Amino acid sequence: MRAPAASDIAAGEVLLSVEDVTLSFGGVVALRDVSFDIKKGEIRAIIGPNGAGKTSMLNVINGFYQPQKGSISFKGETRTKMRPYDAADGGIARTFQNVALFKGMSALDNILAGRTLKMKRGWFWQMLRIGPALTEEIEHRKRVEEIIDFLEIQAIRKVPVARLPYGLQKRVELGRALAMEPDLLLLDEPMAGMNLEEKEDMSRFIIDVNDHYGTTIALIEHDMGVVMDLSDRVVVLDHGVKIADATPDEVKKDQAVIDAYLGVAH
Amino acid sequence: MLGPIIETLIGGLLTGVLYALVALGFVLIFKASGVFNFAQGAMVLFAALSVARLSEVMPLVFAVAIAVVIMVVLAYVIERLVLRPLVNQEGIILFMATLGVAYFIDGFGQTVWGSDIYKINLGIPKDPMFFFEGVFPGGILIDREEVAAAAVCAILVAGLAIFFQVTRTGRALRAVADDHQAAQSVGIPLNYIWLIVWAVAGIVAIAAGMVWGSKLGVQFSISLVALKALPVLILGGFTSIPGAIVGGLIIGAGEKLAEVLLGPILIKTFDLAGGGIENWFAYMLALVFLLFRPQGLFGERIIERI
Amino acid sequence: MLYREAGQFKTSYQADQAIFPIAQDRWFVWGLVAFGFLVLPLFADQYLYTEVLIPVLILSLAAIGLNILTGYCGQLSLGTGGFMAVGAYAAYNLALRLPETNLIVVFLFAGLMAMAVGVLFGIPSLRIKGFYLAVATLASQFFLEWAFARVKWFTNYAPSGSVAVGKLELFGMPIQTPMEKYLFVLAIVVVMTLAAKNLIRGRLGRMWMATRDMDIAAEIIGIRPLYAKLSAFAVSSFFIGVSGALWAFLRLGSWEPLAFDINRSFQILFMVIIGGLGSLLGSFLGAAFIVLMPIFLNQLPGILGIPMSTALISHLEFMVFGAMIVFFLIVEPHGLARLWAIAKEKLRLWPFPY
Repeated sequence: MRAPAASDIAAGEVLLSVEDVTLSFGGVVALRDVSFDIKKGEIRAIIGPNGAGKTSMLNVINGFYQPQKGSISFKGETRTKMRPYDAADGGIARTFQNVALFKGMSALDNILAGRTLKMKRGWFWQMLRIGPALTEEIEHRKRVEEIIDFLEIQAIRKVPVARLPYGLQKRVELGRALAMEPDLLLLDEPMAGMNLEEKEDMSRFIIDVNDHYGTTIALIEHDMGVVMDLSDRVVVLDHGVKIADATPDEVKKDQAVIDAYLGVAH
Repeated sequence: MLGPIIETLIGGLLTGVLYALVALGFVLIFKASGVFNFAQGAMVLFAALSVARLSEVMPLVFAVAIAVVIMVVLAYVIERLVLRPLVNQEGIILFMATLGVAYFIDGFGQTVWGSDIYKINLGIPKDPMFFFEGVFPGGILIDREEVAAAAVCAILVAGLAIFFQVTRTGRALRAVADDHQAAQSVGIPLNYIWLIVWAVAGIVAIAAGMVWGSKLGVQFSISLVALKALPVLILGGFTSIPGAIVGGLIIGAGEKLAEVLLGPILIKTFDLAGGGIENWFAYMLALVFLLFRPQGLFGERIIERI
Repeated sequence: MLYREAGQFKTSYQADQAIFPIAQDRWFVWGLVAFGFLVLPLFADQYLYTEVLIPVLILSLAAIGLNILTGYCGQLSLGTGGFMAVGAYAAYNLALRLPETNLIVVFLFAGLMAMAVGVLFGIPSLRIKGFYLAVATLASQFFLEWAFARVKWFTNYAPSGSVAVGKLELFGMPIQTPMEKYLFVLAIVVVMTLAAKNLIRGRLGRMWMATRDMDIAAEIIGIRPLYAKLSAFAVSSFFIGVSGALWAFLRLGSWEPLAFDINRSFQILFMVIIGGLGSLLGSFLGAAFIVLMPIFLNQLPGILGIPMSTALISHLEFMVFGAMIVFFLIVEPHGLARLWAIAKEKLRLWPFPY
């Protein structure tokens, strides 16, 4: 069973909602009764100090962790148990804090791998690689080349990704996620460890993805400047609890947020 | 009917002790270096060959002493030529490297020491002992060598436990097992630790080789029998010394009982040319275990982080 | 100066995705295949056929099979010998019980049976990795070895446990002489290598490599580990099964289960490591190396003028293989195939240093 197409949901309506999610590892509580939603077409930031549970939140959304309590609804469908490939099938793509590329493959193959779900030809045709299989392969290659052009990585398409510098690896990873043509794109610290120029490039790509393809984006980021510029709405987590959920400007003034970041005398 | 079954069970348990002896060597190395040492079986063969051929020209005690020196040298060579260049490689690469080491040691040992069947005489009388003659008709027959093996195993385990818990090197070993980098950062020399571990595994191999050798004769097949230690490890968990012992006992007893109880049934049902299910029973048991409890009986649960 | 790609512009993605994008490579491979079919038969003698060419080709096929599983999908297997045995005995039984069956169908059946058994024993790979899986595949090796030695039906109640094939023919043409056998094997190997190449560079191959490189990331782009791993087991076992049947029918003629014991598994694994993990070319180079090395070692006493016993030579073989494995893992984990690639890279620039 496939999830309904995202096109059924109008821009501005809720695409994904997280309800009362509690996640714990043994005795350690990573998330406690967290609820928020992501609306179609927006860029949603999740911020918080270290150990706030941001990455755990993303892991719950795309099925790596099963929350002990609470539920997640995506495109109006509430799911309980789900594996990451189900999330991918439903239209959720993701990048990682530490780049998670396929090190032995070229940039091109990495991005092509992102189109696995879109390719349908069976083993037999793949084995012969004539007729429909070849047409399909070339058609997807074209789509991938569009993404390569968009991310400006034409020159490195045949280079094994292990040999690329960090900034380019992050771009390839974004490319792989885009190749999935997701409805919801989760970005875990897309700009970590980048210099200013690279950050500007990455911000531009994120905004373009959001503008051109209308992709809904949820991102975790530590650089507050970036968060304030990019995002439409911000969720703030601290010690696994949601302490604020508002526009960037409001969050900036929120006393609880300031306390969480700077610490407060008890 | 019960008498023979108990006899089989005890025989199996004692064979299991022998498996455990080989498995112990695996666990030591895996614990301290994360290397799955496929060459442990080859080391057992090599150690047994050394002791057997040396004891032809000198008393057993000296032969064993020289064998210890040989195994330490071997450990040094392996550490220097194989492990050090492969440090920080993936486990699977190291595993395949030890496969190469196993082949090399098998070939080398037979080139140096010869490839006939040799004897190790531990001076244990060959006649079996009988127990419980009053309880069961004919009593229960137990091989003295197997009892000796059990004793050797017990002594080794006790010795290793003391070594691990009490000595400074033992503490360093435990630290390395926990976290290579953290151990290095507090000044524990990794290479030295690995050398120690491989040398200790070599000495365990001598013990295993002598007991196996006196039972089966020293020959190439010892290297293959040692492969039985692998299912033992899966049952017991790769990092647990008690696990190696318990796993060994379960496998040893299990396969002998399976042969006696399950064998005839299988032969009848599938029209087999003889039993021999010992050959695969241990592995199949391990396979079932892998499906339901991959970390083994005593192993730590593996939590995957992203 | 001859080996240049300058001036060869690709105008379509199809051309860019060809197996050999450089024209010289293309001609070289066509030349090699033509040489194998047309020129070699002009001068090869029986020894070259039965001791070198046929074994290298058949074992290359097994190595390709294992390489798909281990080199491309990252699942280590020590059960290759067992899966080869499945192919051999499946082919034997089909040929025995339905003697009219076309030889191609017999080999297809061998591959399919091995595939089924391979998938069955591949199921544990969903829960376990690395050497845990290696031990699990040992279970299949020992079990299958045992099954073919003990279950009388498989060997058609042959009292010695040894079985033999009758006369082989394909569409009325006999396959009896070494040359005929060689050409038959070569044709099968060429076709199956091409199929393997197509699978590897297509969607399935990318799924395998993604699973090998980072299984978690593979999952998030929608690759089901179940599908990726079991399909690798299936395709791999198919190749291994066909090679097992070829080995039994065209190399051995008559055999017992011992021909497919654990040492066979190690032999194929060594081919893959020495040849190069994740390289089809490496499968051929590795097979050639492992087949030729003992032949060379056997010549050694003659060359050096030192008498050596056969036992000593076989021990030396063990040592050389063991040392080569360690050497390649340390110095060149991508094996002979990488050395070949480096040589080509140098040739591309020659005579200039950069």
